[in-house]
Amino acid sequence: MTAALLEVSGLSVHLRAREVLSEIDLSFAQGEMTVVIGPNGAGKTTLMRALAGLVAPARGVVRLQGQNVRAMERMARGRALAYLPQNGSIAWPLPVRDVVALGRLPHGASPGSLDDRGREAVAAAIAAVGLRGLEDRPATQLSGGERARALLARALATEAPILIADEPVAALDPRHQLLILDVLRTRARDGLVVAVMHDLALAARFAHRMVLLHGHRVAAAGPPQEVLTAAHLAAAFGIEATVAYREGGLEVAIRRALQL
Amino acid sequence: MATGITSRARWLGPALIGLVVVLAIASLAIGPARLPPWLAAKALVFDEGSASVIVREIRLPRTLLALLIGGTLGLSGAALQGLLRNPLADVTVFGAPQAAALGAVLTLYFGWAGALSLALPAAAILGALLSIALVVWVAGRDAGTVVLVLAGLAIGSLAGAATSLAISLSPNPFAVTEIVFWLLGSLEDRSMVHVALAAPFLIAAMAALLMVRTGLQALSLGEEAAESLGVDVQRVRLMTVGASAVGVGAAVAVAGAIGFIGLVAPHLVRPLVGHDPARALIPAGLAGAALLLAADCAVRLIPSAAEVKIGVLTALLGIPVFLWIIARRRAEIADAPA
Repeated sequence: MTAALLEVSGLSVHLRAREVLSEIDLSFAQGEMTVVIGPNGAGKTTLMRALAGLVAPARGVVRLQGQNVRAMERMARGRALAYLPQNGSIAWPLPVRDVVALGRLPHGASPGSLDDRGREAVAAAIAAVGLRGLEDRPATQLSGGERARALLARALATEAPILIADEPVAALDPRHQLLILDVLRTRARDGLVVAVMHDLALAARFAHRMVLLHGHRVAAAGPPQEVLTAAHLAAAFGIEATVAYREGGLEVAIRRALQL
Repeated sequence: MATGITSRARWLGPALIGLVVVLAIASLAIGPARLPPWLAAKALVFDEGSASVIVREIRLPRTLLALLIGGTLGLSGAALQGLLRNPLADVTVFGAPQAAALGAVLTLYFGWAGALSLALPAAAILGALLSIALVVWVAGRDAGTVVLVLAGLAIGSLAGAATSLAISLSPNPFAVTEIVFWLLGSLEDRSMVHVALAAPFLIAAMAALLMVRTGLQALSLGEEAAESLGVDVQRVRLMTVGASAVGVGAAVAVAGAIGFIGLVAPHLVRPLVGHDPARALIPAGLAGAALLLAADCAVRLIPSAAEVKIGVLTALLGIPVFLWIIARRRAEIADAPA
């Protein structure tokens, strides 16, 4: 097994005196795209924030290449790990290029002062998400899907080996979902990607590994065929689903909601 | 390429500096004794008899205060708007000038300080700090317009009422004049002592606000994304709130409550710098200085028995801008959760 680039051990997180994550142990290896699934309120977003070092754990630790992610120097952490929050917004009508260039802040550059390397990273990120030609458009005039892609490009432009993305394709149409998941999977080759998703069929298709969160704990973790079983889906989501292998891929068909 | 914005941003700085210099010279020249601008500038440097006395002792303090106070108010407005991701954020909207005035009035009321001691700006700064910190705290992370305006209105009204109460209970027969000074703001009859009292605070506030530039830029994406980009959001918040309070407190201590400069100045420059909250800071400061200098020249030119108070003029200019911004954000305000 490859050495873990990102490791979670005994992690519990409390928010407003309520336990949101309990005793989480996970490890994420180089080259893998991990998709985190789970019903609403299972703690997916909190897990993403904890991986990014943005919440203080009640117990346990998240280690990035052996270092406690909360104890890392901020800029160094920003260069090692990019975080894409859920429902990200852009406050001002900044041109798309400047939004993406904000990804260079951990490198000590800002939209007004990019070096050649920064400019290349920004251009590559804009091209990767398919926003070429919209560089000068004010971000507030983008459609929901375009805005989500601009924010993903911002995360890509940091060139951090680790990308933590909370629902990166939720706002996208099917074609862009496929294109962006391809980008993420390619990105995982040189580092790792952890993404939250709700679309189980898409998750099955793109994930190397999956994590199912249920009741603030890890209910299952491993390759998609081990996590996406009818029994797991019934217990965690309260749905009846059939899971089958077809043409080398896993196909998930959701039949109905179970009466709980 | 964003050449349009870049080239505009390139001439914006020098153009604003030029405007500030022209207005500063105008401010030295305009007054009951009209001096030609060239003579006013010359009298500042060389001894030109009575012209030098007028320029150096009467008009220079006023010009310097307008420059420093306008600059600080413009900068703090731009920084607070960046911090709260809301174009309506400004010390005036937060009730900070009224709270600072209350601090200053209480110091005088209880006889803790004369009008020219350091206790006065200290109390004004404390008042401003309380009001800004309270509004930022009440407004929370992503400050909705409704909450911002309501919290500011409540604090400003409370501070205004308390100031009026303190002054009306005061045995001082000149109380009414003081109400007018503290609540309406004026640069009339200021001396170099006032400049010396306020300048260190105003300059420190401006320097501190310029130090949070990168943080404000990152905050365009929200607090979590900013934090993940290596920004210490808590530090940016403390510095912006603290420096704005120091700035407005010192300004009120020597000039009373002058409002709306911090709301209007960033709006004038933001489209010219691509709406970048960091690149808007210095132009907003320069625009604030130009606005206050222009307003201070205008109050001396408006024909009236007594000089029109500068705070009244800035409010008359600022409130329509305030309403215009609210009208433009009507949709967002209507959708805001109750």
